[in-house]
Amino acid sequence: MIRMRLTLSQRRAILGIFFILPWLIGFVFLFLAPLIESIRFSFSKLIVAPDGFTLQFIGIANFREALAVDPEFNRVLTQSVLEMLYDVPMILFFSLFMATLLNQKFRGRSVARAIFFLPVILASGAVEAAQQSGLIQMTGSVQAAEDLAQQQTGFDPMMVVRMLGNAGIPEWYVDYISSAITRIYEIISSSGVQILIFLAALQSIPSSMYEVAKIDGATAYEMFWKITFPMVSPLILTNVIYTIIDSFGDSPVTERIYQTAFQTQNFGLSAAMAWLYTLSVSLLLIIVGFLISRRVFYHN
Amino acid sequence: MAAPKLLDVRGKRLENEGYVIRYQRIRNRSMSWLWSLFRFVLILGIGFIIIRPILQQISVAFKSPEDIYNPTIYMIPVHFTLENIKNALDILNYWPLLRNTLLFVVSTTLMATASCALAGYGFARFEFPGRNILFACVILTILIPASTLMVPMYLHFRNFDVFNLVTLFTGREGLNLLNTYWPSIIMAAFGVGLKSGLYIYIFRQFFRGLPKEIEEAALIDGAGGIRTFLMIMLPNAIPPIITVLLFAFVWQYNDTFYASLFMTNSELMANSVAALPANVNQQLPRLLGIEGTEVRADPNHVAMIVDTGVLLSIAPLIILYLFVQRYFVESVERTGIVG
Repeated sequence: MIRMRLTLSQRRAILGIFFILPWLIGFVFLFLAPLIESIRFSFSKLIVAPDGFTLQFIGIANFREALAVDPEFNRVLTQSVLEMLYDVPMILFFSLFMATLLNQKFRGRSVARAIFFLPVILASGAVEAAQQSGLIQMTGSVQAAEDLAQQQTGFDPMMVVRMLGNAGIPEWYVDYISSAITRIYEIISSSGVQILIFLAALQSIPSSMYEVAKIDGATAYEMFWKITFPMVSPLILTNVIYTIIDSFGDSPVTERIYQTAFQTQNFGLSAAMAWLYTLSVSLLLIIVGFLISRRVFYHN
Repeated sequence: MAAPKLLDVRGKRLENEGYVIRYQRIRNRSMSWLWSLFRFVLILGIGFIIIRPILQQISVAFKSPEDIYNPTIYMIPVHFTLENIKNALDILNYWPLLRNTLLFVVSTTLMATASCALAGYGFARFEFPGRNILFACVILTILIPASTLMVPMYLHFRNFDVFNLVTLFTGREGLNLLNTYWPSIIMAAFGVGLKSGLYIYIFRQFFRGLPKEIEEAALIDGAGGIRTFLMIMLPNAIPPIITVLLFAFVWQYNDTFYASLFMTNSELMANSVAALPANVNQQLPRLLGIEGTEVRADPNHVAMIVDTGVLLSIAPLIILYLFVQRYFVESVERTGIVG
């Protein structure tokens, strides 16, 4: 009888909750609960016993240890956040550029597209780890392996650096560009999804806009900056956020947090580190999101 | 008198215009030709950078060890052999490993797609109290790094017990689900697995773009909400389903984070490949028949086997990609993630 009295919109609401129920259960028990627990862990000393664990409240000692005592965490955190900031513009620029290229009509376009998205499916931490440790075993040291990997790119960036330096271009800019060139493989392989998103955005721009601009005598350069760029600008925000989030996966900070938890068995410290990382990343996301969203142009 | 002069001037002007037009046409054509050339070189170069590692691995896989120190060889070996592949298959224990991995990855992929499709539809088409806050929570699951939840999750699954049901019925402590497939499958089934938030977002965007009339027609014809979803909405949602299936498969296959967190000892491709160099170092002497002697395996030979193993581990993905790459590229465009 109660069912009969429900209005249509109430019934729809119940149905909607039914649809999201699996996710809701998962969210509460497998996301929210661990999240709150993790906050508790970060303020406690956690002692693992055979039948569970005991918590001992120790205030902000874990955070203090992470920031002031731990020899590496500070450095790794700042380094990886800075690297993130450093990589984002390169990846964005590269992916937008490639998307514009791949959006043009030319012979072999489908093959080119297929090759460009290959890194999306091959971006595997495991493969990287295997190759890295293979090199380390071969040469006997981490440093030598890194040098070797650097050499394997087979390109001497100093030539370009000197050339650009002589041309009177500011040094930091030359450094930035040359580091982009030496790490071209990393940049390419981490911009697959971004290219996909930009490509989709480019294809959603109505072609009539370009036709009108062409009739009015706009050059390709003008059309890019006056039509293409504003139209894809909302996706620039999406891509920045995606790039930042994507770099969590195999960042050295994550590795450090993992090691602290499972090798030194210091779960409280690891939780504190994880929260410091989360906080710095979300701060970064908020700042970047705020700065970009003010400039984004929404067509509709 | 005036008329011929005018004609004359006009004729000259026409001729001039003809020159200008011809000049411009030549300029445009050569510019576009130059641009095509530039584009071709650029795409070829970057494409080569992308596939070079794979080409190199293929080359190494078929290279006989005697070619290692031959400096004249680039890519194409002189002595071909299948020995490397055989050794790598042996050390990786490849076929059982592949079967296990595929079983695990396919089940999590299906679970994640199902739960995320349900949630995405729920968020896209129904008004219920707190919908926006809950959707903000979906975004939150995308934004919070997995390492924050790592320790509680680990302890949770080490001692898995929903509402103390296990203790209630059996009187024992919770189940230890570590080193089974269950942690990842449970997380995928409840829509909080690897990148699930993103999949929910994709589905929601797509379902929001579908016309409302479809559902209204189904409602008038007497279909309930669940039936409408299964019979009407899902068949229309092929593009996002393909996208999510593909990405979920690939990312789960490549995932090392959850694999090393929950399944350290399980036979999974990601774990085995990460441990491959150490295993090759250990087992290669046995395979070469120099076990127990002072002779160690040549590090370059070890690296060869590791490369071959890496190639074997990504081979299923490459083969899959050859068949589905068309959908891969088109899918994101069609899902309306952009709009």
